[in-house]
Amino acid sequence: MSIIIDEGTKLAVSGLTGREGSFHGLRNKAYGTDLVAGVTPGKGGQDVEGTPVYDTIAEAVSDAGANTSMIFVPARFAAAAIDEAIDSGVETVIAITEGIPVLDMLSTYWKAQEKGVRLIGPNCPGVLSPGKANVGIIPAQFFDPGPIGVVSKSGTLTYQIGNELKQAGTGNSSIVGIGGDPIVGSDFIDILKLYEADPDTELIVMVGEIGGDAEERAAEFIASDISKPVVAYIAGFTAPPGKQMGHAGAIISGSSGTAQAKKDALEAKGVRVGESPTETAAIAAETLRSL
Amino acid sequence: MDLLEYQGKQLFAKHGIAVPSGEVANTVEDAVAAAEKIGYPCAIKAQVLIGGRGKAGGIKIAQNADEAREHAGAILGMDIVGPHGEGPFRVDQVWVEGGSDIAEEYYASVILDRGEKKLLAMVSAKGGMDIEAVAAEDPDALVKRHLDPSGFDAAAARSIVADAGLAEDALDEAAEVLVKLAEVAREEDATLIEVNPLIVTAGREVVALDSKVTIDGNALFRHQDLAEIADTVDDPQEQMAKEKGLTYVKLDGNVGILANGAGLCMSTLDVVAQAGGAPANFLDAGGGSKAEAIVNALEVIKSDAKVSAILFNIFGGITRCDEIANGIVTASQQIDLGMPLVVRLDGTNSEEGLRILADADLPNLHQEKTMLDAARRVVELAGGAS
Repeated sequence: MSIIIDEGTKLAVSGLTGREGSFHGLRNKAYGTDLVAGVTPGKGGQDVEGTPVYDTIAEAVSDAGANTSMIFVPARFAAAAIDEAIDSGVETVIAITEGIPVLDMLSTYWKAQEKGVRLIGPNCPGVLSPGKANVGIIPAQFFDPGPIGVVSKSGTLTYQIGNELKQAGTGNSSIVGIGGDPIVGSDFIDILKLYEADPDTELIVMVGEIGGDAEERAAEFIASDISKPVVAYIAGFTAPPGKQMGHAGAIISGSSGTAQAKKDALEAKGVRVGESPTETAAIAAETLRSL
Repeated sequence: MDLLEYQGKQLFAKHGIAVPSGEVANTVEDAVAAAEKIGYPCAIKAQVLIGGRGKAGGIKIAQNADEAREHAGAILGMDIVGPHGEGPFRVDQVWVEGGSDIAEEYYASVILDRGEKKLLAMVSAKGGMDIEAVAAEDPDALVKRHLDPSGFDAAAARSIVADAGLAEDALDEAAEVLVKLAEVAREEDATLIEVNPLIVTAGREVVALDSKVTIDGNALFRHQDLAEIADTVDDPQEQMAKEKGLTYVKLDGNVGILANGAGLCMSTLDVVAQAGGAPANFLDAGGGSKAEAIVNALEVIKSDAKVSAILFNIFGGITRCDEIANGIVTASQQIDLGMPLVVRLDGTNSEEGLRILADADLPNLHQEKTMLDAARRVVELAGGAS
């Protein structure tokens, strides 16, 4: 049906009393997401258009039954807010905040692993399960329910591809923005696993971009563990190679992190890679018809 | 944010890692004065953010004032192209430092391993050369070990440098340097620290003879000294964009580009290149772009004299197309673009945005429905590939 969020999602938004947090939190609610709580230290007892606000996420869990946390807290406080969410008892933490120092995310990542909490993001547009729930900033109007699972590093690029899929007459089981930061809570492989296990996902679209080796690792994983067809798109072929120092990054991953290297790695494992968002959507629609 | 060699060495010195003493110079006169003060032999080193400076002639040893003058004159103002064709990078500064009596050359680095989500230390006894080649040809010569997230002590560091086969009498000091490099990573928010070579002098002292340091730009709020370095940007367009709070990277072509979101912007560059054009820049207007941001963006793009046509590729999510359209109309009243502007608006409030543009009936504005058509059109209007 969908992955990560659905009709059973009970959402607590950290930062619901802020400008961005209230705008998107209420938008998620208007879409049908069960928004049960806001969290802002010192503002417990208030409400945001009828949604109760608590001082801590733990209270949102115990008093309002929250099982999913969305983080809309300014960057310098966000890692602490994610840590708090991980300890609160929710199953899933979706961090929208961009600009979190990467070393802060290192310890937060391992904390989530240790506690068995699914962390999506940071610096991501969130997760949308069309027709069921929306947690984050993805504009839901461009996506219809359907059999294609999308996982992407980029927000606007995902909207572009989603819209083309909709125009091609198909839709999505879920759309997951994993974020483009160096350290993210869930990478392509984590989400590919969920789509593989989801009975209503028939095809997966994976949208990557330059940097790191998450796409190369995903290519290996697709070859060994994914039975469903995967179509990919990679952005950044014309990104400037300069201004990069040191070679240690390339040594670790054994990959240059370029768009071409990622495309080659995916194609070597039988994944079709579109030249443009338009072509990617067309390949996905065509592949789906042939299933 | 990447640091110049001398800036990295200053950071090393702050954390107690031995580096040769030296001075930075922007002119030949200053370089000679620095050399006279430091004494001979001394090294004159180009300060640019690219590897391969030595091979490019950007590092020279001076034995006297005449040689210092000759080398500084040759290096200042030269253009250095990186080993993978990056750049060219113009040399505006040299670092003059005392010559070192080198007995051994090693390699040491501490970097963020994105895949494993840990800091990684790498050490090799084969320093002073291309470490990528060492890793490829003799992988056992490069010892790689992840740092324990809970801490990294002298004993752990000692086992790494010992396994790398460093000289027995240098092990304790090299281990101490490695611990301090990890401290630089954690305390200064450095995601890459590379020392090549890390030398042992004839007097058996362990000294960092070079530095490559990358600081996490997101963490600059807690490093005032480093934030000041980040404020100095060479390129005039990049400086202007920074002041206006836009994410802009200058490229070489003639097609100015604005898109919303980094992914869509990169994709737009690719599609323009596929259509035979040459992108002039990367400019991400960000989510929720307002009219003022559009005016600023157009000013930055237009200030690049090479640009002969501009493409706006907007897919509105949070960004509302009507606001983008209003921004374009406002901008056209404030600045004379003097070149064609191709606009593709899709997504949130796109119908209203398109209506606003149609009503304004701006000269030299071309609307296209899809990203591919918009790319082809702007390339044609820019006069093909530059």
